[in-house]
Amino acid sequence: MSIILDKVNYVYSEKTAYEIQALKNISLKIEDGEFIGIIGHTGSGKSTLIQHLNGLVRATSGGIYYNGRDIYEDDYDRKKLRGMVGLVFQYPEHQLFETTIFADVSFGPKNQGFTKKEAELKAFTALRSVGLSEDYWYRSPFELSGGQKRRVAIAGVLAMDPEVLILDEPTAGLDPKGRDEILDQVAKLHQERRMTIILVSHSMEDVAKYVKRLIVMNQGSIMLDGTPGEIFAHVQELEAVGLAAPQVTYLMHDLRKRGIQASGTATTLEEAKEAILQAFHKK
Amino acid sequence: MLRDITIGQYYPADSVIHKLDPRTKLMGALLYIVSLFVFRGVAGFAAVTLTLIFIIALSKVPFGYMVRGLKAIVVILVITIVFNLFLTPGEPLVEFWKFRITWQGLENAGFMAVRLTYLILGSSVLTLTTTPNQLTDGMEQALKPLNKIRIPVHEISMMMSIALRFIPILIEETDKIMKAQLARGAEFESGNLIKKAKSLVPLLVPLFISAFRRANDLAMAMEARCYHGGQGRTKMKPLRYKRKDAAAYLLSVGYFAGVIALRIVF
Repeated sequence: MSIILDKVNYVYSEKTAYEIQALKNISLKIEDGEFIGIIGHTGSGKSTLIQHLNGLVRATSGGIYYNGRDIYEDDYDRKKLRGMVGLVFQYPEHQLFETTIFADVSFGPKNQGFTKKEAELKAFTALRSVGLSEDYWYRSPFELSGGQKRRVAIAGVLAMDPEVLILDEPTAGLDPKGRDEILDQVAKLHQERRMTIILVSHSMEDVAKYVKRLIVMNQGSIMLDGTPGEIFAHVQELEAVGLAAPQVTYLMHDLRKRGIQASGTATTLEEAKEAILQAFHKK
Repeated sequence: MLRDITIGQYYPADSVIHKLDPRTKLMGALLYIVSLFVFRGVAGFAAVTLTLIFIIALSKVPFGYMVRGLKAIVVILVITIVFNLFLTPGEPLVEFWKFRITWQGLENAGFMAVRLTYLILGSSVLTLTTTPNQLTDGMEQALKPLNKIRIPVHEISMMMSIALRFIPILIEETDKIMKAQLARGAEFESGNLIKKAKSLVPLLVPLFISAFRRANDLAMAMEARCYHGGQGRTKMKPLRYKRKDAAAYLLSVGYFAGVIALRIVF
């Protein structure tokens, strides 16, 4: 069970004046149950990359294998693939269209061919797992706040019971509280359902706190791939491509410069606390 | 799929045609379109064809890119040809059952097809070589005299430029929403007509909502910058005719006179 990308290239508007190579020779293996963060500058190819994973965009060249099968094979059921690899787009609240929230969330499972009852059951479970109060379920999705709408949209994808959940900037435009709520819920899905999660973001703090593996994209290629600790050790390289490490990483860096012997891989507040305390105990 | 729409799209290139004043190009396009309905016979046909080839070559826009715009009118083209072919009275060429194809019908159908195709190609040279901003600027300048008879020229051209500007944005938006719904298992291309029409609801509802939202935002942003219509408004880059515009005017008028002369002579 894994997703493998083999030398994937993608070119937008081929053979016109607007031609852009969005992906260059991407090779990647995503194991089952991983929690991955993809970061990169605007236009680095993150969004294009994830649209390949569920077959929405067809690579100009290269191959993609889901659970060992080539998804570009003629008899491969790509509609089924979209149910297994759930993709939540940026600003997903813009795709809501039904008269009630409940009907909107059951749109996905209905398309998958489930009966009305089954689809409703799935919608019920999905709305529960994103933590939206039952008072709202039969209201119009357009009456909700931005954060709530986004949760409904995420539930719309979760209702299809995906094995892999990809979220493109799920926290864009949300306040800190809304952001934490959504990311905590995603982390819970990872823990409870053992779902593979791929989180696209450019907020280092978010990514460092949750993910186990980080992929840094720059100009259509993978620049770095490793644990957050490993990645944020390359502060200069990250800055050179317009990214930054989390605030704590800078703090730890400065502390080391001043001669405090704290270990260098802390990427979250908690880790930093531990490391600093340890350094003081050593003295 | 949706990227194939070329109406109102600009193709950046470094050519003489790109650098002409938009008013000159508007005038030229207008004369060319009129000439398409004036010409008659083989000589006229040769004149309009050669001119079109000459202009397309000058514009440096790939021909394939231009032909894509024709896809949109294929249906109209077919209908026109069929009607002309079967409904023109005259000397019969072939006859079967209730239908009769005449020589005149064949000739009419051929010329109408050429006219429509050239019409689209000619006007797409205009839109492909002129940015929407330039185009509406040119239109506003050219139609300014109409202000005297209380036609709100500025407002009309502002509406046009906004509409043109929004074509690519809305296409992109449609593409995005389509993908988002595809990711939720929607299908847009299968099933019968009713099923297809129904499958558009998840696409159209979000699209309309976003169009209204954008319109609202834009109106707000314009008001925040004190937009109040055309009166007393100055331009950062006012249009100015250059020497090549004079040459282009001369050439277009000469061409037009030539086509008329051909029609009278032959």
